[in-house]
Amino acid sequence: MPDALTILLTTLFVHNFVLVQFLGLCPFMGTSRQIDSAVGMAAATTFVLTLSSAISYLVNAYLLVPLGIEYLRILAVIFVIAVVVQLTEIVMKKTQPMLYQILGLFIPLITTNCAVLGVALLNIRQSNNFFESVIFGFGAALGFSLVLILFAGLRERMAGADIPKPFRGTAIGMITAGMMSVAFMGFTGMG
Amino acid sequence: MISKYKNKLNSQKIMYAVCLAALPGCLTTIWFFGYGVIINLFSAILFAMLFEALILRVRNKSITATLKDGSAAVTGVLLGLSLPPLIPVWMVCVACFFAIVFAKQLYGGVGQNLFNPAMVGYVILLISFPLAMSTWPAPRGLVESPMEFVALLGIKLSMVNMPDGFTMATPLDIVRHRQGLTINEVWQTANGFGSVSGKGWEWINFAYLAGGSFLVFLGICRWQVIAAMLATLGVLAAAFYDGGSSLSTGSPMMHWFGGATMLCAFFIMTDPVTAPDTTRGLIIFGVGTGMLIFIIRVWGAYPEGVAFAILLMNMTTPLLNRLTQPEAANPKDQANL
Repeated sequence: MPDALTILLTTLFVHNFVLVQFLGLCPFMGTSRQIDSAVGMAAATTFVLTLSSAISYLVNAYLLVPLGIEYLRILAVIFVIAVVVQLTEIVMKKTQPMLYQILGLFIPLITTNCAVLGVALLNIRQSNNFFESVIFGFGAALGFSLVLILFAGLRERMAGADIPKPFRGTAIGMITAGMMSVAFMGFTGMG
Repeated sequence: MISKYKNKLNSQKIMYAVCLAALPGCLTTIWFFGYGVIINLFSAILFAMLFEALILRVRNKSITATLKDGSAAVTGVLLGLSLPPLIPVWMVCVACFFAIVFAKQLYGGVGQNLFNPAMVGYVILLISFPLAMSTWPAPRGLVESPMEFVALLGIKLSMVNMPDGFTMATPLDIVRHRQGLTINEVWQTANGFGSVSGKGWEWINFAYLAGGSFLVFLGICRWQVIAAMLATLGVLAAAFYDGGSSLSTGSPMMHWFGGATMLCAFFIMTDPVTAPDTTRGLIIFGVGTGMLIFIIRVWGAYPEGVAFAILLMNMTTPLLNRLTQPEAANPKDQANL
């Protein structure tokens, strides 16, 4: 289906949520020190994002709009996200205890990942249908995962570098993220 | 980092060999585009070494030992060759600042940078000053008389505005924005436009190819990455080429010998620091670069995709290293377990 592919590739590269729209920066900086934890976070966020964009669509279309309570949209969407995150946390605690220990605090933080809320709200604003919403959420999640894992690789490599003291840690991370964002500007104008 | 190449040449000699191999391309570029290229080259090398020295001074490190390895000079040469000949000197300075200070020294200096310094400087200028960066002088043979040196100096120092009639968009730019003409019509309307990829450009690329082959012959750069990139670019261009209709994306020859393809293939992509170490990693790196160059050239807003493609593939280098290394030889894996 060409439409789905277009949405997927556009959200993945051209309108990448992290590097182009600057959403979801907290987990991007927070969970990228090691590739392993980045992969875990990427998987968890992909699951939450795809599921929450689907459920948010359903809640909006079959609950908020018929009842005429669209002004509760943000509240409802946050509620949906929180439920999905809790679900992920429970599942991960049972099935992946190792990963759960590495990610620890960050799982509940997916709730406040602005990319997750952003996707749900953008879906409604762009009046995407159910299928488009799911693809959009999945594409955004893949884009987030891609740059998070690439960024983690870069940061692991930087760990042994002779970086000037004032720039160590988050500072050089921010500069690196900026350069990645500059590189992603090459995709401007596509899609 | 360079010692990874298991080459008897030391890094200083490698840098000299790279400069020597770039000489044919340098001279051809100067022949077609005039003194502006020389001013770019000298100012870029000067600013690059100046910023390098400045940071080393601030960090209390030996200035002479580091400057002598020639890596800052090579960054200057690459910037001087890739920047348009008519941009003001202060923009060259900005590019060198981002290349040396941000892309290289903040990461700890030579051998530790994540991104190719010259390409960072180039891309920062490209997104900040897109007009200046896409204005090239018309090559020799397309203008009646070359620009006088004094007039050129005025432009380079931003004291006078660009005169009309001396500049034109690059061939890739013209082909990209040709508004429904067929490739042949473009070639005819654009006044003596070269035969393959625009007047001048095909010779410049050919000169880089010749000089670069010398590097491959010396064993300084590995041919796998170059072959992978050129093959991918050629295959993609051939697959989308329909003989030159109004929707055509240009022949493989145009993509091979147009823009900065050969400069990228032999001198930028082969940077040992920012490309993967393993042969398999290098091949993936080359294929990715070729794909991205084609995609950005054909569908992107920018006519030339080389610099973006390099930066995007630089991001994948640590991961490619990790994925293509034999299990036992990867100490990081063991440390994490």
